[in-house]
Amino acid sequence: MSAGLGARLEPIVIPLCALVATLAVFGGFVALGGHDPLEVYYQMYRGAFGSWFSFKNTLLRASPLMLTALCTALPARLGLVIIGGEGALVMGGLASAVVGIALDGGSPFVVIAAMALAGFAVGGIWIALAGIMRIYRGVNETISSLLLTYIGIALLNHFVEGPLKDPASLNKPSTRHLADAYMLGPMPGLEVHWGLAFGVIACVVFWVLMMRTTFGFSASVVGGNLRAAKLAGLNVARLTIIACFLGGGAAGLAGMVEVSAVQGCANASLVAGYGYAGILVAFLARQNPIAVIPVALLLGGINASGGLLQRVFDLPDATVSVLQGILFIMILASESLYGKIPLFRPRAKAAEAAPKKLAEAV
Amino acid sequence: MDAVTSELGFWGVPLAIFGGAIRISTPFLFVSLGECITEKSGRINLGLEGTLVMGAMGAYGVSYLTGSPWLGVLAAAGLGVPFGALHGYLSSRPRVNDIALGIAMMLFGVGLAFYFGKPFIQPSAPHLPAIHFGAFSSNPEVRAALDVNALFVVGLVLAPSLVWFLQRTRWGLILRTVGESAEAARAMGYDVNRVRLLATIVGASLSGVGGSFLSLFYPGSWNERLSSGQGLMAVALVIFARWHPMRCLWASLLFGGASAIGPALQSVGITSGYYLYNAAPYVLTLVIMLMSSSATHTSADMPAELAVLR
Repeated sequence: MSAGLGARLEPIVIPLCALVATLAVFGGFVALGGHDPLEVYYQMYRGAFGSWFSFKNTLLRASPLMLTALCTALPARLGLVIIGGEGALVMGGLASAVVGIALDGGSPFVVIAAMALAGFAVGGIWIALAGIMRIYRGVNETISSLLLTYIGIALLNHFVEGPLKDPASLNKPSTRHLADAYMLGPMPGLEVHWGLAFGVIACVVFWVLMMRTTFGFSASVVGGNLRAAKLAGLNVARLTIIACFLGGGAAGLAGMVEVSAVQGCANASLVAGYGYAGILVAFLARQNPIAVIPVALLLGGINASGGLLQRVFDLPDATVSVLQGILFIMILASESLYGKIPLFRPRAKAAEAAPKKLAEAV
Repeated sequence: MDAVTSELGFWGVPLAIFGGAIRISTPFLFVSLGECITEKSGRINLGLEGTLVMGAMGAYGVSYLTGSPWLGVLAAAGLGVPFGALHGYLSSRPRVNDIALGIAMMLFGVGLAFYFGKPFIQPSAPHLPAIHFGAFSSNPEVRAALDVNALFVVGLVLAPSLVWFLQRTRWGLILRTVGESAEAARAMGYDVNRVRLLATIVGASLSGVGGSFLSLFYPGSWNERLSSGQGLMAVALVIFARWHPMRCLWASLLFGGASAIGPALQSVGITSGYYLYNAAPYVLTLVIMLMSSSATHTSADMPAELAVLR
């Protein structure tokens, strides 16, 4: 089965090649700036994975990315390009803060569960709106999800500067602070908050949903061939709206984690670009929910190392964005290599047997 | 509340919205005209946000170093070329998704602009000149509202010129053919990828100019919070304008006017709901897209090769 092995290795080897090419290009970039690339990479490794302290930082930065990546990855299985994770995160965070403050006095477990539910539901509805507009009015979901993001940010600003503003928050307008009992604490023995567990569990659950259930299979059929899906009698509208709702829900949950584990209230800090970074993670993971976990760790690590690069080399903090941009471009450009490298090309027989991978159509 | 006591009273509101519409719409106008050209060829470039920020940085840097803001505008247009070329080339490779690539280019361009732009945050660069259409009036509000930047006038000329280019010239016809049917264009002997590459380069170059307006006129400084998604929104405006340059102009003005409502009301003392008014241009765009789209058939104005919108 050497042909089968080659076909299975292809989706691993090609992204790795793209990663190596990225390291080469970015190395050249920092070398032009007068820095030793190897030294830069060593410091990046130290800043991201070198010690428990830095790895903890990486984990903290990776957990919202896992959730926001799902916002792009789930609808992508149906062939939709959703880029509104930022808006779902903001709306989910706002909703969970409202619920957490309104239920003040309840038992912590119930309040935290209600906050998570509210974040998930509101984030989900936000992206489901993009799905609904796509299905019933033919509005392009990429653009509408982007518009919804700006509307969500304006709503957040309206509420934290107006009706929900805590008069005590002068420098940075915020909602009232959650009671300490309702803050998501660190996981036992890890010093990393529960948001990481939320992220990993969501990725695993959605992987099972998309790869091992009838729902996931139907979704891939819609993404692979819309006409065939309709002919087969699949309810495309329902599948699309549910996938959008679940994806948006994941991003909304990220907002809830930001509120209940990091900020303690809803304010403009929710707009931190996790939604946009999530798009990158989803595409690097080739829209596979389980692959989102390692990719989010990689991206979280790159982000975490930014501070050290600034201190050691006096590089601007945008350096890590440049690296991420190059990586994203390289990975997308490497898509054109699939099926082109003879080593991975299945022999004639195997080629006929193996169906065209649906994920590649995205 | 002191603004209400000015000579104009509440008439200041429509005047401020008018002036704001012109000021705010200029970057949208350039980016949407650029994106219109790119989309006419059958491709979408979402990376214009990155090019816009890069253009803003380059224009500010060059204006500061040379003392000439117009050289800055030229540099911004020039900076758009490699970004457009990269997007245009990579999108022509098999299986490469132009939408995703655009998001990647946006991240890359914004990152690069902040990387190289760090030294230009502090110093102040010479600005682009304004044409004082309000010179007849002694009222400072009228004068401020009618200070129209020269770049806006350039855009005002550019939009009808583009209509003429698309509808009356040979090159315009080639561009439209490529966007409507790549097969037909190939049969006629045109290199589809080359036309699209050129259309993407021109589009990116125009969005660089749009960025130069941000840093050299309004808001008129270079910092990392300069752009609020103008490059991304312009893509929506093109759909909104149904791929017609003149309608891009009206759409940009409408969008700019809607953005100016909040600040205009604030200037006469109405501050409640200020942040909600910030959502007005986006809500307006969404509502118009909802009304003008249809689930069953695509707009006849849409270039047929825009696969993503099918």
